[in-house]
Amino acid sequence: MNEKILEIKDLSFAYNGDSVLENINLSLNEKDFLAVIGPNGGGKSTLLKLILGILKTKIGTITINGKNSTDDLSKIGYVPQNTNINTSFPIKVIEVVLMGHINAKKPLFGYGKEEIACALGSLAQVGMQEFANTKIGLLSGGQRQRVMIARALCNHPALLLLDEPTASIDVNGQKQIYELLKELNRYMTIIVVSHDISVTLNYANKVAYINKNLTLHNTTNKFSVTPPLDGHFCEVELMQMFRGKNA
Amino acid sequence: MLDIFSVDFMQNALIAGILVSLISGIIGSLIVINRMVFLAGGIAHTTYGGIGLAIFLGLPIFLGASIFAVAASILMAFLTLKYKERMDTFIGLIWATGMAIGVILIDLTPGYNVDLMSYLFGSILAVETNDIYAMLSIFATILIVVAFGYRNILAVSYDSEYAAIRGINVPLFYTLILVISSLGIVMTMKVVGLILVIAMLTIPVFIAEKLSQSLVGMMIISSIISMMFTIAGLVVSYYYNLTTGATIILVSVIGMMLFLGYEKIKTIAFKK
Repeated sequence: MNEKILEIKDLSFAYNGDSVLENINLSLNEKDFLAVIGPNGGGKSTLLKLILGILKTKIGTITINGKNSTDDLSKIGYVPQNTNINTSFPIKVIEVVLMGHINAKKPLFGYGKEEIACALGSLAQVGMQEFANTKIGLLSGGQRQRVMIARALCNHPALLLLDEPTASIDVNGQKQIYELLKELNRYMTIIVVSHDISVTLNYANKVAYINKNLTLHNTTNKFSVTPPLDGHFCEVELMQMFRGKNA
Repeated sequence: MLDIFSVDFMQNALIAGILVSLISGIIGSLIVINRMVFLAGGIAHTTYGGIGLAIFLGLPIFLGASIFAVAASILMAFLTLKYKERMDTFIGLIWATGMAIGVILIDLTPGYNVDLMSYLFGSILAVETNDIYAMLSIFATILIVVAFGYRNILAVSYDSEYAAIRGINVPLFYTLILVISSLGIVMTMKVVGLILVIAMLTIPVFIAEKLSQSLVGMMIISSIISMMFTIAGLVVSYYYNLTTGATIILVSVIGMMLFLGYEKIKTIAFKK
């Protein structure tokens, strides 16, 4: 049986008294691939921020491998939205990846040999090792996003969180990113927040619809409707289906 | 040409110019990549309050200006971190308040007839040995902070949200960047004055940004470019009897335009 990786129990959160998440319960096992969908302002990003410890939980608990999620940050890998990247920043790909490394034994100056080897290993995992010394701004959107995934992999996390990983990336790039995630999913749990429903559903084994509350479905048995001819679900249609199920 | 540096005051000016170029190359890079140019302008102008305070209390000008600049940078760091969306309002407010305090304190100093021009446009030719020691110590401080804190400064500058998630104390390093910038700004003001300081901090960095792959590379290249502009400006101002600070800035602007022209020609040639 797969080991339990993430457990969220009775989690509620409010910003200045306005409730954003209510009574969230979620349990993910090793090798689960969860797609998180929902309307803007529904609480998707807040949930990510709570798991990452950017926001502090007041009601409820979040544990990773049975421990408080903020006790060991190296267990979580995080890939922020592609749009947050400053492309003119003078920084090499390897330096970006090294930012993901959490290690108490950091040298006083520069980077340690072990850290560099680890970063190059992460780059190799995403097929970007040859670009280690390239300025990040010179890469394409898809390549940059692979570098961000390499940064998140630097500590060999048990849980990988991705926020809109394919936003502003062309179709080929999107497919490559999801194929890479599929490969990584063989040995780690993945959570993807995405509006890119049709692609996400081809790879996720669970879908969570969040709009203050969370509804979880297994993708293997939940849809009795035939997908449109082009194979693409519209997010609105999908949300309506979830609402229908909850009604 | 080397004869002009046989005179004592020109030797001091040359050493000061080189030191300030090194300082502005480092902090200018930090200011530009963190998009803090307006903040740096705010600190530079607020520092006039420190100059006024030093004159009023009879303290060394550098000391008064440095203390005031550091205090202003900490206040600005606190306000911009806490009220990000109102950042420009607070900077403008502190900027004007600092200058007003400076003007009033100088008014209140009995019998003091201040040469405003030297603070507004710099006075590199009036640099004394003590000023050089002050610049040297500020340069050493900036170098130590950047060397030891490089990876955290880089992480905070590149992606502060991710840096926070990785456990880096973002407010601390953000404040540290502003504090060393404020010290660097005070030193740079001695050469080009508070009006022109922003140009000296940004023009060499603008060119270096296009030539460098990393932050440390950007700092080194912009320091070298800054040094070239400063020495060229010093020589031109000496021979044509012009205000040195303003000449350095005009030489920098011409250098930047030549670089942009070269870039444009290169692009056209590459397309053909």
